[in-house]
Amino acid sequence: MSDLLLSIDKISVKYGSIEALHEVSMHVKKGDIVSLIGANGAGKSTLLKAIMAQVPLSTGCISFEGSEICSAKKHGKSTHQLAAIGMALVPEGRHVFADMTVEENLDMGAFLVRDSKEIERKKEEMYDFFPILSQRRKQKTRSLSGGEQQMMAIARALMSSPKLLLLDEPGLGLAPLIVQDIFHKIRKINEEDKVTIFLVEQNARMALKNSTTGYVMETGNIVLADTSSNLLVNDKVRAAYLGE
Amino acid sequence: MLNFFQLIIIYAGIYALMAIGQNCITGNTGMLSLCHAGFFCIGSYATGIICKTLGLSFWLSLPVAAICSAVVGFLIGVPTLRLKGDYLCIATLGLGEIIRNIATNMNPVGLMSIPRAELFGYQFSSRNKVTFILLVWFFVLVAYILFRQLSHSRIGRAMTAVREDEVAAQSNGINVAKYKIGAFTLGAAIGGTAGCFATAYTLTVQPSSYTFMVSVMVLCMVVLGGMGNLLGVIVGAFIIEFIQYFPQLVGLSSVIPAQATQIIYGLCLVVLMIWRPQGILGRDKYRYGDPRSAKERLVSFFRRGEKKGGKA
Repeated sequence: MSDLLLSIDKISVKYGSIEALHEVSMHVKKGDIVSLIGANGAGKSTLLKAIMAQVPLSTGCISFEGSEICSAKKHGKSTHQLAAIGMALVPEGRHVFADMTVEENLDMGAFLVRDSKEIERKKEEMYDFFPILSQRRKQKTRSLSGGEQQMMAIARALMSSPKLLLLDEPGLGLAPLIVQDIFHKIRKINEEDKVTIFLVEQNARMALKNSTTGYVMETGNIVLADTSSNLLVNDKVRAAYLGE
Repeated sequence: MLNFFQLIIIYAGIYALMAIGQNCITGNTGMLSLCHAGFFCIGSYATGIICKTLGLSFWLSLPVAAICSAVVGFLIGVPTLRLKGDYLCIATLGLGEIIRNIATNMNPVGLMSIPRAELFGYQFSSRNKVTFILLVWFFVLVAYILFRQLSHSRIGRAMTAVREDEVAAQSNGINVAKYKIGAFTLGAAIGGTAGCFATAYTLTVQPSSYTFMVSVMVLCMVVLGGMGNLLGVIVGAFIIEFIQYFPQLVGLSSVIPAQATQIIYGLCLVVLMIWRPQGILGRDKYRYGDPRSAKERLVSFFRRGEKKGGKA
């Protein structure tokens, strides 16, 4: 159990009388890239919100590195505290600080880092990793393209040196080539920096090709859980999500 | 004429303090609040009660006014924390009115003939405007420096992040609730000190003077000068106060009705929104503190002057 980073144990989330998640269980092992795929309204984003303590649980509990962070009975940690224990979220639709420059955005990502030398070092690392950001460092984020903004959002999340990076639809609204580029970067982050990644994506093929484990979600339930390579050849997944 | 100019400078100073407080709430943290008249009222009453009823010194009332307003700001900040934009605006508007109504119900006449502020035996009387200008603007300068440092600090950065995007701010580890309440409390405190000086100058406290229009005027100053720009909001305070006393200044108060000034505010804002929506001075360019050295700054200031013919 020691290599388990995030474990979700039978959680349910209700919006009023509607159950958005029904006893969902998931496990994210250290060093893995776990992808969660599903159609619109399947509950993917709700699951991420539940992990980041933005919606209350009605049953179950979530633990990070073996200690409970949130459960139905207890409120647990709030979102900003989760950032402090090593979970970083790249929200859906990027949520960049549009009026700040790229550099200022990265500074904000390192809000919890007190050591200014460490911040500088981390920034240089990010500029090396995303060369395009280096060219844009003095520009307002508003003026960046969608793909650049997504990369900046990822870089900002990485500034706090998280153990777990949560990505909500990293390919949303981007051209296929850019999406490929971003997934390539995500794999590199995982391999080089040993950051565990949990990503939620509608682009099932891209997500499964670039991950180790996959979960398939339908109307608030996990219907399939397997290694990504198995899911890619699974008949049900191929018919429903890969269009083959 | 000179008298009116001095009056404008005094009131501009008092309102500049208010605008600095409003700027902390609206300009830096992005919460549209409309209850600064309420904080102003609390500050004024604190001074009035301490100086007259209790017979204590004006200088003691200064921190007490700030603390009283801060406490009320905190109490308003907590329940309205989850509200955003127009909802927050309506809630705070209501709270501002509640404060005024409580004051009216306690004593509709207010307090009269409050003792003057004193410093080493010198009395700050309303007739001697120059010393009063020095007193008020000294505190404006202090507030300016303090809030400038604040907005360039780590706290200021966090407040900016909250304004720009709460979701992103939270996921970067910023405690949104803490900074929002903090901004409200600080903004209220400085609004309270403004009330303190207003009382020290007029030596009366009238509940009818803390209307909703005062809050709107303060918000106007912030929008006019440039949200998030401290120098801008002080300029805004000057402009609004100038407009308000313009009829008296040119001796046309019998021709121009008092309500006309409100039309001019409206006109100013409309024109500004069309031509310069970011305010006269716009946002502070160096949000995290100017990275350049003093010499570089000086050089670039004069260079800019050469290019644009002295216009900063």
